[in-house]
Amino acid sequence: MKDLNIQELERRFQEKIDNDIKIEPRDWMPEEYRQTLIRQISQHAHSEIVGMLPEGNWITRAPNLRRKAVLLAKVQDEAGHGLYLYSAVETLGADREQTIDDLHTGKAKYSSIFNYPTTSWADMGAIGWLVDGAAIMNQVPLCRCSYGPYARAMVRVCKEESFHQRQGFEIISLLAQGTPEQKEMAQDALNRFWWPALMMFGPNDAESPNTLQSMKWKIKRLTNDELRQQFVDVTVPQAHMIGLTIPDKDLKFNEETGHYDFGVIDWAEFWEVVKGNGPCNKERVDARRKAKEDGQWVRDAAMAYAEKRKIQKAS
Amino acid sequence: METKEALFEYVLRIGDDSLILGHRVSEWCGHGPILEEDIALTNIALDLIGQATNLLDYAGQLEGKGRDGDALAFLRYDREYKNLLLVEQTNGDFGKTILRQFLFDAYRTLLLTRLSKSTDEQLSAIAVKSLKETKYHLKHSSEWVIRLGDGTEDSHSRIQSSLDALWKYTDEIFFANEVDALLEKEGIIPSMEGIKNEWTFFVSDIFAEAGLVIPTNNWKQEGGRTGRHTEHLGYLLAELQYMQRAYPDMKW
Ligand SMILES: [Fe+2]
Ligand SMILES: [Fe+2]
Ligand SMILES: [Fe+2]
Repeated sequence: MKDLNIQELERRFQEKIDNDIKIEPRDWMPEEYRQTLIRQISQHAHSEIVGMLPEGNWITRAPNLRRKAVLLAKVQDEAGHGLYLYSAVETLGADREQTIDDLHTGKAKYSSIFNYPTTSWADMGAIGWLVDGAAIMNQVPLCRCSYGPYARAMVRVCKEESFHQRQGFEIISLLAQGTPEQKEMAQDALNRFWWPALMMFGPNDAESPNTLQSMKWKIKRLTNDELRQQFVDVTVPQAHMIGLTIPDKDLKFNEETGHYDFGVIDWAEFWEVVKGNGPCNKERVDARRKAKEDGQWVRDAAMAYAEKRKIQKAS
Repeated sequence: METKEALFEYVLRIGDDSLILGHRVSEWCGHGPILEEDIALTNIALDLIGQATNLLDYAGQLEGKGRDGDALAFLRYDREYKNLLLVEQTNGDFGKTILRQFLFDAYRTLLLTRLSKSTDEQLSAIAVKSLKETKYHLKHSSEWVIRLGDGTEDSHSRIQSSLDALWKYTDEIFFANEVDALLEKEGIIPSMEGIKNEWTFFVSDIFAEAGLVIPTNNWKQEGGRTGRHTEHLGYLLAELQYMQRAYPDMKW
């Protein structure tokens, strides 16, 4: 084995991938593959954790006990997703706390959608329906990702995300069929979240230089534009079904292609939000940093206590 | 007073405890000191909101005026909430939240154990279901009290000062009036005396292990059980009731 040169290792690695054999943590892998996965999985983990904040914002104001319980359970699921994903990152040799610090210093990114404010209860519907819906589109193909631990984490996560999507849709359809105030609230939430949801799939394929390599490695199975189109095709009829209007005057079903054509995404806004200039970037990162800083004494105490018990046991 | 009327009042009290404490604990969601604790606290909040739902729904049935758990949770005035003052106290740091939880869990476990054998079937069924959850909460909170008490100097002094601040609210846990007397006579609820003795033993034990000292200042603050609250409850209700007050009579 030690005599194998790097080209041979790379050839065997790619052969495994081409034959749909999963790469496991102990297997040899190219350094760029490892780094790409660390970046992608930790970004995904951060998105789950930061994503708790906009929805957590409505837990204490949920309109009834059932909705409160369902929302609590949902946000708790997202924390669980973060936990599995950080574990998957650790299988690649990265340190969980280090990746979290990268989030706090702004070095690591997370899904831009969570930089938009949740200003009404209807946003809990819009987020479940659109944001968890878009996450499913992104993540279902990841269940077949070449890296074993990531693929397995995604299988578990996707089951829960589709549950979230259904609950979100239930919230917003109830509002859409409710009183005029509720209907207005639902439409307003859709107006605010529609475009940011489309941006969740990332830049157009032409602007996404890493896609090709990621597809070759089977870290990515479909391109950004393919996934976005799938999302639009599935979501538009749902909006129509509950009597809401998609805020896009160019949206039109194309009989020839069998897909919806849609308007141009405001990429300037997208890049501003990615850069840190979204409406809530600072609040979100500050909240996460504060949680870590405020919890320092608790973690120190737990460590000191465990240390004392260890010494006690030894003597 | 009729039994049913007394039982309504009683179930409301313990239902409000779950509701208000569940609300407080839920404020932690997304802000816990470590991801695993974020999940644990959210789980506790979820259990408490579930217990509140069962209890307040039952209270509504007992009252017989067509109010359900939601109507009771969201549409009463502050003086009509009967929760302990302890549970409406603000979260403070993680240590204060844990200590508040511990003082409550220790009482609640003893209470639910006894209520499981209540002659009132529905109350006993709710108690059986809640007891499993509450035992887990108590395990969690008592382990943390010990860890923080016997952790670092800083954690010790923090949790000791939380104990100093919260101790005056503990006597109210054992509040009893004519409602309790009537229900106790019928075997629906246990005597508070027995619970008080066991509770005192239990918490003293844990505090000893944690190296914490029970304050000698014996001032007792009560009022929650009769609807006289601290300033904190008003703000909590403003948030809790916001949607139901701003958009009355709608389905969500
Ligand atoms: Fe998730
Ligand atoms: Fe996700
Ligand atoms: Fe989700």
